[in-house]
Amino acid sequence: MSAHTRPAWPEIPYRRFSAGRVWALVIRHMYLLRSSWPRLLELVYWPLMQMLVWGFLQLFLDQQASFLATAGGVLIGALLLWDMLLRGQLGFSISFLEEMWSRNVGNILMSPLRLSELLAGLMAMSVIRLAIGIVPVTILAIVFFGFNIWGLGLAFAAFFANLMLTAWTFGIVVAGLVLRNGLGAEGLAWSLIFPLLPLCAVYYPVETLPAFLEPVAWALPPTYVFEGLRAALIDKVFRGDLMLISFGLNLVYLAAAVFIFFRLVRSARDIGSLMSTGE
Amino acid sequence: MLVPDPSAAVLVEDLSKSFRGVAAVNGISFHVAAGSITGLLGGNGAGKTTTIGMILGLVTPSAGRVSVLGHDIATDRHAILHRINFQSPYADLPHRLTARQNLRVFARLYGVPDAEGRIEELAVNLDLTAFMDRPAGRLSAGQKTRLALAKAMINSPELLLLDEPTASLDPDTADWIRSHLDDYRRDRGATILLASHNMPEVERLCDQVILMKDGRIVDRGGPADLIARYGRTDLEEVFLDVARNRGAAAGRDVA
Repeated sequence: MSAHTRPAWPEIPYRRFSAGRVWALVIRHMYLLRSSWPRLLELVYWPLMQMLVWGFLQLFLDQQASFLATAGGVLIGALLLWDMLLRGQLGFSISFLEEMWSRNVGNILMSPLRLSELLAGLMAMSVIRLAIGIVPVTILAIVFFGFNIWGLGLAFAAFFANLMLTAWTFGIVVAGLVLRNGLGAEGLAWSLIFPLLPLCAVYYPVETLPAFLEPVAWALPPTYVFEGLRAALIDKVFRGDLMLISFGLNLVYLAAAVFIFFRLVRSARDIGSLMSTGE
Repeated sequence: MLVPDPSAAVLVEDLSKSFRGVAAVNGISFHVAAGSITGLLGGNGAGKTTTIGMILGLVTPSAGRVSVLGHDIATDRHAILHRINFQSPYADLPHRLTARQNLRVFARLYGVPDAEGRIEELAVNLDLTAFMDRPAGRLSAGQKTRLALAKAMINSPELLLLDEPTASLDPDTADWIRSHLDDYRRDRGATILLASHNMPEVERLCDQVILMKDGRIVDRGGPADLIARYGRTDLEEVFLDVARNRGAAAGRDVA
């Protein structure tokens, strides 16, 4: 075949941000989840176990303490929100780690997918994985313990949005650290967020913390969510002010996380770790 | 002295990369003519993979410049990523996804029009039709390589970068892959840059060979030209001369 009769190169328009490329990443992970029942089971298993333990504890305490009896669902509600934060971050991080484990990162980073699209795809996957795991558990919480977190309505939407922003912040930093340092850093995906559990006053009011830790707690966005949950369940009020502060803090931390991620990727290109994505 | 060809598909100028003070690539310059197959030849640690990594933009050069399809890879990489593709033993396709699912994902990532049509075309061309609905992890080594090649060709790339494309394949499958690459270049006018230490492969496919050692280019030319210059019968003997500092390139740096 002569050069004159060769087919023309395909006209593929280039877009700076493409929802199609983000969707490509999402369907890649949906194919994976569909092909693996242990992965699907794992999404539900731990939230369900946690909900059962804390739900039964709540039942016991309801019978012992009049305060908790009047504030029904404080513990189980806090547990469900904490699990949304934790599972949201794990959904982001594990989706990214799947690319590392399958040695697919080179293919992804060499494709037209931009880093911002990679992050957007991982955010979408964190919500999808969370929905698969948490929605059935919240329904079982209604069946077993009569606690309906969906009944919080607008407050629940605000809690969820703020917790997702925090989850993504941690997920983005973990992804950058793993790209920069290899799979030796993957343990951070499971552990980095846990200091928030005591500091954000998940199961108790912020005043319970030692005085020197209270400013630390108030610097963390999820603290406002858990305080907001207690206000909704105990005082029956929606604290929009707390949600706005949480949202503002989340935006600052998320921007910082994205900056750190891009710096870590730049460093990874410098040291050549994108070419060898093992340990 | 290398005279840069502005119409080259790949233009590498004074490129260097050091890792913790150790030079992996040391001031190399070359160009890959559009529509040619060029082989980067060298032993382990010669700097081939690092060079390809810098051309792909996965590794930041310590010094020098890379231009691909007329775009500076350091500043304008995303303008051409949909026009190039690569295959490397350092990247794998997700094992739990079927061959078809993998190709669908990459067709979307590369924005391929009529993705299903292109996937069927590649399945036929690369003899993958019988395995398209099998998970990638359950394919044989030869089938996996053909699938990786299908992924590398999903967007009909103008420039294809291949790192050891036939490593660990049996001779029959390796020969089949080489024929396919040669056909693709001839039929589409594509440019192929091939890193390899498989001498018969390079001798058969390449118009130009760049010999690397210790991060430097120690010689370059057409396979027949190099064989004649070194007074040898095949490229493997030329490679051994270079590796052992014998013959035409001994003590000479042509970078």
